[in-house]
Amino acid sequence: MGNEAIGLGALAAGVRVVTGYPGTPSSEILPTVSARNPGNIHVEWSVNEKVALEVAAGAAMAGARSMVTMKQVGLNVAADPLMSLAYLGVKGGMVVVVADDPGPISSQTEQDTRTFGLFAKLPVFDPATPEEAYEMVIDAFELSERHGTPVLFRPTTRVCHGNAPVALRDTAETAAPVRFVKDSRWVIFPRLSYENHIKMEQRLPVIADELSGYRFNTLAGAGRLGIVTQGISTGYVGEALAILGDAVPPHKVLRVATPHPFPKRLALDFLEGLDRVLVIEELDPYLERELQRLAGERQLPVTVLGKASGHTQLAGENTVSGAARTIADFFGLTAAAAASAVLPDAPQLPARPPVLCAGCSHRSSFLAVKRAMRKRRAVFSGDIGCYTLGNAEPLNMVDTCLCMGAGITMAQGLHVVEPNAVHFAFIGDSTFFHSGITGVINAVYNRTPIVVVVLDNATTAMTGLQPHPGTGDTMMGEISTKIDIATVLRGIGVRHVEKCDPLRLDEAMAAVTRAADATSGGVAALVFESPCIHVAPPGSDYVVDAEKCECKECIIKLGCPAILSVEGKAWIDNSLCTGCDLCAQICRFDAIHAVKAEAGA
Amino acid sequence: MKNNLVIAGVGGQGTVLAAKLVARTAMDAGLAVRTSETIGMAQRGGSVVSHVRISDAPIASPLMPPGTADTLLGFEPGEAVRCLPFLKPGGTIVVTPHTVAPVAAALTETEYSGSAMIDYLRRCAGRIVVVDGDAVCAEVGSPKVLNVALIGAAAAAGALGLTLEQIEAALRKSLRPKLVDMNVKALHAGAREAAKGKP
Repeated sequence: MGNEAIGLGALAAGVRVVTGYPGTPSSEILPTVSARNPGNIHVEWSVNEKVALEVAAGAAMAGARSMVTMKQVGLNVAADPLMSLAYLGVKGGMVVVVADDPGPISSQTEQDTRTFGLFAKLPVFDPATPEEAYEMVIDAFELSERHGTPVLFRPTTRVCHGNAPVALRDTAETAAPVRFVKDSRWVIFPRLSYENHIKMEQRLPVIADELSGYRFNTLAGAGRLGIVTQGISTGYVGEALAILGDAVPPHKVLRVATPHPFPKRLALDFLEGLDRVLVIEELDPYLERELQRLAGERQLPVTVLGKASGHTQLAGENTVSGAARTIADFFGLTAAAAASAVLPDAPQLPARPPVLCAGCSHRSSFLAVKRAMRKRRAVFSGDIGCYTLGNAEPLNMVDTCLCMGAGITMAQGLHVVEPNAVHFAFIGDSTFFHSGITGVINAVYNRTPIVVVVLDNATTAMTGLQPHPGTGDTMMGEISTKIDIATVLRGIGVRHVEKCDPLRLDEAMAAVTRAADATSGGVAALVFESPCIHVAPPGSDYVVDAEKCECKECIIKLGCPAILSVEGKAWIDNSLCTGCDLCAQICRFDAIHAVKAEAGA
Repeated sequence: MKNNLVIAGVGGQGTVLAAKLVARTAMDAGLAVRTSETIGMAQRGGSVVSHVRISDAPIASPLMPPGTADTLLGFEPGEAVRCLPFLKPGGTIVVTPHTVAPVAAALTETEYSGSAMIDYLRRCAGRIVVVDGDAVCAEVGSPKVLNVALIGAAAAAGALGLTLEQIEAALRKSLRPKLVDMNVKALHAGAREAAKGKP
């Protein structure tokens, strides 16, 4: 997997400190290092990306090689330290891995980390395959250390989650012992920033020139037409050209592996003698703009086509067939007819959106709040995690979702505008530690009455069950202090804090009502504690007594994937049921019961 | 040698592991291989599609264009229909007829029939092998071996360009020892099902 290749590359480069916060599609990089830790590498899931970047920055200032991993929206959280670190620089090589997600397949935005690199004045590496990712991450460490600057390493989902055989280097660099050397260069002040700003601007063209000869920045072919590409699109373009075959006129292909600083010298070689250029890239029209700027600067008689000119798609992922169509148009070919036969009309397929798992305690938490608030005006602010899926019918319990931690704070803004409603903010345990706590402090301090509902399932479920401060185990294999969320809430001044098991519906509903009523005294908090079914499934299988089944409330109200309608009656699929008991609790005809474990079984 | 395989299923069915197993076998045979997964947002329950491309020449893209899959492996008949546009004309489908009903179908009481899906697939495929996945799982005694059983069926049908023996060797190498017997049994049971399902 590309993510494993990145982790292995860091190991080969002699990394000493690896930090990160999980986020699809970046989550598998850090565990790869942890699983092969010879013992001298510090690996941690940090509480959030800003913290992760700062921990890695400290290590790099002391001269150790460090890596930090996150997804693209995580870089927004880590933007503050990264922008300043760009000015201070590093001593040990520091690679900031930021996985972008064209599509987006599992993200809030389609932001482009190449553009972030331009903004932050940092070098950016953009691998096209897992094999390249392995080699490039080693190169990134080397470049970072040589120029004393952190480096961004930007794979996209198809590289992160693509698999291919990767040839590993025989030897890994061994990290030399280092020690922090006190120096005023590590203390950011306006004067220093001014001086370093000049150095950064002077350094970038030097790095750009160096990268013009970089082995993964490639220029091939000849002719008056050119195609420019990057990352995973390199493979799509290669395959599209193979499909179009002999009809393709002479052309050049430029692949840019280091978008920032832009390898100008190589790009000028490419533009030399061209009339028209087509840029096939994902996310921002980054290369398109760079080429247009270069053409303008040198007054080259070349037309650059891409997203801005309307020749390629503005958003979403590229594909081989899309690239083939665009390239065929560009070359004036009639697009090669798709090889697929015309299919007869397919029978109607059911939609299959992601849903909360069978037995997921979030379902029960949402139902408890929904039922307790049935007769009151209430607004439900959601957050980022599995529980965002509570937005779907039939629960329909997520009215807002913006970014990590924003549910708690947006609920406060919503309260200001509508003080007579009850404002709920749902947040997961890992997200609470990531960026929920400051928002609660804000509400307590500003006396904004909201109900904070922490959905504590004892893991970071959405991204693959990573540990966090509330679980007490670390990526170093140690047992640490388990931080209790209710104690944190009480410590920051929340007066009404209650813990309860959401799978006991009546008790949970009563707790919700008490919390909603307690908001006259300020912030109220509920901690719904019930482990994720992937950590600990709650119980035994359940069956429906078809004779008694009449209401089908379980199907209509729960949306549980284990409960199906068979011949007009509810039926439980025991390969999916985890025994949460919620359906049995809401059945009005007492038709659902646990299957008694057979004696001796 | 060139083989494009699309694996279509539902989260939790083991499609990703199936892709890994085929890729591992191809790698061990000294072939170039690229795979790519599209997994939805949830741990379970959403559509999952894996592309596996095997070749004796370098492979440019991990994703294949529509109309180019030699084989479509359907862990769920509706999901197989959803991925049918990837299959090349005359391509092979290896599919289990047992549906995984989506929540939406139960909510809206929409009829969703596996046999209608199989009938449609039969009309569109060059060759179709319908494998009684439930029977294999019952025989082996685990619902978790559907993925390996279907790979066994596909290999027996000659749809992977890899032999059962090669896949078995990869299974033995990559699985935890206590899971090996069960999965090897499922592989061969799947292969026998394929022989039964031959038209």
